[in-house]
Amino acid sequence: MNTPALPPNPDPLLNQAITPELVKKHGLLPDEFARVQQHLGRTPTLTELGIFSVMWSEHCSYKNTRPLLKGFPTEKKGATAQFGRVLVKAGEENAGIIDVGDGWAIAFKIESHNHPSAIEPFEGAATGVGGIIRDIFTMGARPVLLTNSLRFGELESPATRRLLRGVVAGIAHYGNCVGVPTAGGDVYFDRSYEGNPLVNALCLGTLRHDQIRRGKATGVGNPVYYVGAATGRDGLGGAAFASKELSAESKADRPAVQKGDPFMEKLLIEACLEMMAVPGLVVGIQDMGAAGLTCSTCETASRGGAGIEIELDRVPQRETGMNSYEIMLSESQERMLVIVQRGREREIEEVFAKWDLHAAHIGSVTETGRMVVTQHGVTVADIPAPALTDEAPIYQREGKPPAYLATTRAWTPAGAKLPDLDAAGAESALRRLLAHPTIASKRWLYRQYDHMVQHGTVVLPGSDAGVVRLRLGDKEKFIAISNDCNGRYCYLNPHRGALIAMVECLRNLVCAGATPLAMTDNLNFGNPYKPENFYQLQECVRGLAEACRFFDVPVVGGNVSLYNESPEGAIDPTPTVSVVGFIEEEAHITRQFARGAGERLILLGGAPHELGGSQFLGLIHGLKTGDAPAVDLAAELRLQQLLLAQIKLGRVRAAHDLSEGGLMVTASEMLFGPADGAAQLGATLDLSAFASGRRDALLFGESQGRVIVAVVADTAASVLAAAAAAGVPAHAVGEVTDGGRLEVVGLGAVLAWPVAELRRGWETSIEVAMQRPGLS
Amino acid sequence: MTIAVLQFPGSNCDQDAFHLFASGLRLPTRYVWHKDTALGEADLVVVPGGFSYGDYLRCGAIARFSPVMRAVQDYAAAGGLVFGICNGFQILCEAGLLPGALVRNGCLEYRCLTCTLAVAPAGPGWNPTVLGAQVRLPIGHGEGNYRIDEAGRTRLEANGQVLLRYTENPNGSLDDIAGIRNERGNVFGMMPHPDRAFERFHPSQDGLAIARAVLAAKSPAAGKQSA
Repeated sequence: MNTPALPPNPDPLLNQAITPELVKKHGLLPDEFARVQQHLGRTPTLTELGIFSVMWSEHCSYKNTRPLLKGFPTEKKGATAQFGRVLVKAGEENAGIIDVGDGWAIAFKIESHNHPSAIEPFEGAATGVGGIIRDIFTMGARPVLLTNSLRFGELESPATRRLLRGVVAGIAHYGNCVGVPTAGGDVYFDRSYEGNPLVNALCLGTLRHDQIRRGKATGVGNPVYYVGAATGRDGLGGAAFASKELSAESKADRPAVQKGDPFMEKLLIEACLEMMAVPGLVVGIQDMGAAGLTCSTCETASRGGAGIEIELDRVPQRETGMNSYEIMLSESQERMLVIVQRGREREIEEVFAKWDLHAAHIGSVTETGRMVVTQHGVTVADIPAPALTDEAPIYQREGKPPAYLATTRAWTPAGAKLPDLDAAGAESALRRLLAHPTIASKRWLYRQYDHMVQHGTVVLPGSDAGVVRLRLGDKEKFIAISNDCNGRYCYLNPHRGALIAMVECLRNLVCAGATPLAMTDNLNFGNPYKPENFYQLQECVRGLAEACRFFDVPVVGGNVSLYNESPEGAIDPTPTVSVVGFIEEEAHITRQFARGAGERLILLGGAPHELGGSQFLGLIHGLKTGDAPAVDLAAELRLQQLLLAQIKLGRVRAAHDLSEGGLMVTASEMLFGPADGAAQLGATLDLSAFASGRRDALLFGESQGRVIVAVVADTAASVLAAAAAAGVPAHAVGEVTDGGRLEVVGLGAVLAWPVAELRRGWETSIEVAMQRPGLS
Repeated sequence: MTIAVLQFPGSNCDQDAFHLFASGLRLPTRYVWHKDTALGEADLVVVPGGFSYGDYLRCGAIARFSPVMRAVQDYAAAGGLVFGICNGFQILCEAGLLPGALVRNGCLEYRCLTCTLAVAPAGPGWNPTVLGAQVRLPIGHGEGNYRIDEAGRTRLEANGQVLLRYTENPNGSLDDIAGIRNERGNVFGMMPHPDRAFERFHPSQDGLAIARAVLAAKSPAAGKQSA
């Protein structure tokens, strides 16, 4: 405490004494405040307190999760010099980058905007999309694909309908205008997300290896530029806001929600990519996302081992009289920080003038290692840059298994005397499951998203995985992407639930004909200070890491969103994973829809036999219990390798994995191909081989590692033989018909459904629900 | 033959339109920046889709004042071919090069899906034999609901200016109108995207036939236009 105090701030409001109450309001613990004082050698000014508060929030510092995340593999063992190398690793930059061959690479990352979307669904979701797009083009990549992963409460609730409507409209507003296709996603509806929806947005971009840019400030004397939109008072302290639980008072935090301008973002993308294409002009670049100007300056300085000095009077401002606290903490959208090679200022200014955007020279790189901020000629903050980043506090929290696990894991259908289904019950259960919003068609959502702009979308939304064609110079390559996470499994068994999220995601990609390449994750959990929540987090991360290593799928980046709680309690743990897969040849692209009568249906992986955590238990019996389905990584790998090989041999006409709703939902969905298809397909399934077990578990259980494939009739024997050779259980269970009826024989009375009727319920369920009024 | 694709701030289907002509039809194609005051030599000017100027104020309302639009006006007045797709259609309506206006979809939501469209029978300068009676093209818009006053509507129909109609109306458009041309037959506009229907993996390849039909409207006597 021997460093002299800074001079008084030009705004007298900012000269108040730093009291313990003020420290608490900034979300810092007394210990943390003592560390701040140590770093500075004095008491911070209010501006500095604000800066520490946002940089040491969970959102920016990962202080409660960093040790856990170290368990993730960040390199691909099977990579070659030509393909699959991780070029920028997780945590190094705004997004990871992976080599896709021929000198080209892809950058991708997922990020959450849960809290803003809970308070202000339209703007919250829109700016979530904007933020993740900036994370991608700041790496030098052109954004070519968006997906999202959404979780809401049940649609019966008017509040949920309001949130869904707002979130979808916000995603559409931003993504459509900015011109990046929203070509994939997943949505679940479950009571645990009531009041705390999850909005995770992913963006993927393409770039040449030599276009990779980093968020580093180097070269003493190099000018620092601020480009893009002007700074306002919106989004003040958003990162700190995201690191609190939601409460009834959260609406008072509305100023912490930002407002997006996708048109500005579109200009910024084009101008930045144009600027980055000029050889040697850009030294470093970083977007101003969470914690805005604060985060971008101290992170670039810290990464570059340099200092940075900025003058706030030069920052473009859209309101008058903003003080240093407001400017430094604003999260106004569509802004970037660029460090330019000294002497080449005119070149950057010309590019931005062409696009009619601000490019303000606000400071320079120094050798001090400090982040120094001045306003009206007065120093208002002077902090060692690493104190805000690498030297932020790190905690090893305690985890404790939640008490409910003992009860839920011990549950069995027999123990609970759960009656099995009769024929009428089975027929009704399928209708109800197909119409449940979690399983039903998501057409209501994706028809609002432009999923075709950039003319590269190959597999439209609604199949197991989205597939896009990348135009890379004069080459084309095809990639598939899938998002997954069943929070219910993670609630019942966090470790297994996370394994399932991964293996199901990989299975979806393989069903599309892709080889999994790399993964990005979004860890959505409750308050980590509660040991039960931390246990879920620990166990889920352990599961993801285990599956990633087993399948050699590195983690190239991600996001952590904690404090996802409403007054009702924490959400189901939701470690959302998104995996990108690579498709070697266009001919391998496979959809989930059967294509014609006569195709043979083969069930790979054996008969489903588990009920725990299933949608069936939830919907039909009102139970969220049992253990999550078992996972056998080795068996899963055998299945996926077999399936991919059969696809490459041209034997597979359609492939669809078993997931929510089990065997009968999968079989039904395979018949719901694009409406313009030929005559209404049907199918006959003979399940007599499995008649000995519980009927409900067979038809609707969610055992993992299962896929139904529709194969060319005269190759069925070869597929079965290949499965036998690979050690994958395989059963010929029926064939595709043109009768428009789905029938199950071999279980006593014949079960039968008109496909058109099943389809109607599945296709229109969300639309019908959304016609009811939402809360305004 | 040269195709000129305009680029406004916020255009986002400019590359799609470029590739429809450059990759799909293998025609020499280039971009023209909105601040340019001349088009250079061109056999067809394409006004692409997107959100020019963020669709602020009204779709197309600001883009029509871009410097390049003065040149497009002159080019069209001299008989040059102009083709507006989606936002381009909206811009051409705002610029007065096509009659009518496009307002918010009846459902009040953006719609992205593939539509079946009935093609108008042959007429002077419109030879849809390459198209057949129906085509399938994707749409992607929030403001594709075509409106025109009664007198305008009568003129459109009398002159055979309605070229494409939705078989299942996705946006509330008057008389299911999806695409039109001007009275002279050299300015075309449509909400559906031929620039999303030309690759082997697209929902159809009908965009190629649409582009050819528009190019075929060029009267042999007109020669190369430049402005």
